[in-house]
Amino acid sequence: MFESKSGVLLIGGLGFFLLAFVSNALVPIRMYQNMPEQTVQQLVNENLLYQFEDLHKRYPESFEAAYGKPPADEAAQPEWYRAKCADALILGRKSYVAEGCWHCHSQFVRPVSREAERWGEVSKSWEYQNELQRPVMFGTRRVGPDLTREGGRRSNDWHTVHFFRPTMVSEGSPMPEYPWFFDGDPNRPNARGLGLITYVQWLGSWLESYPYYEQFQPMATVNTGDDDEQ
Amino acid sequence: MSDAATYVGEPFDDKLVDRKLVLWYFLAAVTFFAVSLLGGLLMALQLVRWNPLQGIELLSPGRWRMIHTNAIAYGWLANAFLGSLHWAIPRLTLRPVANKALSWFIFGAWQFVVLATAVGILLGEAQGLEWGETPVWIDPLALVGLFLVAVNFMAPIAQARGPLYVTLWYFMAAFVWTFLTYAMGNLLPEYWVSGTSGGAIAGLFIHDLVGLFVTPLGWGLMYYFVPILLKKPIWSHGLSLVGFWGLAFFYPLNGIHHFLYTPIPMFLQYGAVIATVAVELVVTTVVINFFGTIWGSGRAVVTNLPIRWFYTGMVFYFITCLQCAMQVTLTFQALIHFTDWVVGHAHLVMFGVFSFWLIGIMTYLIPRLVGCDWYSRELCEWHYWLSAGGLLVMFVDLGLAGMFQGYFWASLLPWDVSVDGSQPFWIVRLFAGLAIIGGQLCFFYNLYRTLTASRGATAHV
Repeated sequence: MFESKSGVLLIGGLGFFLLAFVSNALVPIRMYQNMPEQTVQQLVNENLLYQFEDLHKRYPESFEAAYGKPPADEAAQPEWYRAKCADALILGRKSYVAEGCWHCHSQFVRPVSREAERWGEVSKSWEYQNELQRPVMFGTRRVGPDLTREGGRRSNDWHTVHFFRPTMVSEGSPMPEYPWFFDGDPNRPNARGLGLITYVQWLGSWLESYPYYEQFQPMATVNTGDDDEQ
Repeated sequence: MSDAATYVGEPFDDKLVDRKLVLWYFLAAVTFFAVSLLGGLLMALQLVRWNPLQGIELLSPGRWRMIHTNAIAYGWLANAFLGSLHWAIPRLTLRPVANKALSWFIFGAWQFVVLATAVGILLGEAQGLEWGETPVWIDPLALVGLFLVAVNFMAPIAQARGPLYVTLWYFMAAFVWTFLTYAMGNLLPEYWVSGTSGGAIAGLFIHDLVGLFVTPLGWGLMYYFVPILLKKPIWSHGLSLVGFWGLAFFYPLNGIHHFLYTPIPMFLQYGAVIATVAVELVVTTVVINFFGTIWGSGRAVVTNLPIRWFYTGMVFYFITCLQCAMQVTLTFQALIHFTDWVVGHAHLVMFGVFSFWLIGIMTYLIPRLVGCDWYSRELCEWHYWLSAGGLLVMFVDLGLAGMFQGYFWASLLPWDVSVDGSQPFWIVRLFAGLAIIGGQLCFFYNLYRTLTASRGATAHV
């Protein structure tokens, strides 16, 4: 059995693979089956809409070039913004994947290494049960900080400048420049740029503790020794 | 240097082995290896902020980082494995593969898959799955290719009579696993399973790609080539059985250890941790078996260059797995997860182990494929020492970098402190990488001169 073709193929090849699949994949799938996947449209919330409309105010030409003008009828405007915001999220996520952002930025806060103090509450399963997490963007490396609580922490104009040339707002940053998200100038983000900023502003916008600000302490007090770590 | 790297003029058995095909696979592999090195170099330059090609969309370091890993997995490792399999399987079973035309069709189709992956990633069509960034429209084609590979190689194995040698257990299992792993990882998290459970599957995919595609093919080839080169049998058949079945049982259960402390249910994380420690025990039996085999012929490591590549890879394999058994514990994860420690670990596995083995195989086979000895034995030595030295420096350097990064983050100092603190390590890594690239340049040049020389020499063979 252990040296025969059928043993190797059926027990080793197929059997053990299926055992692992059932125990490691089907079990969590069954556990979360009552937590339905949210659509992109359902993900658009008031916090995010505020940022999305802010993009319109700051960059009207670019915004209208990408999404057109909102309807003249004011009653129809909220629906219009919601629909365009969902489009922006989809395009933004595509860029987030395409540029490999997820290889240098993670999207989950761990319950260790004092991450909840730095970024906000520890990540929960329900936060990932949506279309934009297919495949999930957990990430496995942090060159830059975790982004899952990034939404609302910084303004849209900070993000435009940062994507255009990171060192302009973050000295010494090793993040690459992304001039192709702009029409030559940080004040003119194109459709992809607007989408990516919308996506980043969405991250964490679903939380009550939004936006979460890092508890900055002056360095001197960190090293005084009365800190709970020491 | 080695007698094993010398062409000894054994009779060509072209009815069994299509030497031209093996050579073409090796050349394709080496080409994509070179592409991958460029991607790694670009990312290394970006991190130390010396990237001279800043702001060019098609040369974006983020995209080239994905080309770096995909070119290694599908361009370099897969091609080099396929070439080696076209040598090993017909000679082990004494039967040719199912169909010679099919072999060449698979060769062409696979190069198309790899090239299309590279172009797709460059054009911003990557899929959001680590090690599987292959654009979604290539996935079905790659699956057809993997299926045909299995059919083509299973034909001679199915006809073989009598007890099967260890190598063939590993190969047979690998054909099933690779297909299943690729299908599971590329299709489920993309189309059906979102969020946390999709993350569990992505973890299985990342891990199984190494554990169920690369590892069994690599060990299968070691069980084939090491006894041939040392001219003696494997030390213990019983340990071979333990190694194979231990790997088959425990390796697939490891996947979730890539996402510890995520919202994936904690009991599944514990399970993955325990299975990972178990793999380390299994690996120890395999390594003991191979060191038992070379016991008494230790000088081969000095004189026989392919054997040196193989056994260096095995030492690195043991280090990798020992490291893995420790870093997988939750205590260790809290510090080193997300850091360069893991990047160092990945380079030790993919370059230090499996690439070393495949380079060793190429060092042995290329003279036998082209019918003349290596152009320069000295360059072969340079290739070895620059690769091994560069990798060792990179591994230690990134391991240290990882620990510094972990402590910087836990200290709650501003994020920039961890980036600035990484710079010295990233600079050392750049130079370690350049040493590795230098080693491969020796290899490429040596290969080029050998091929040119063989054109004149083939007349008499």
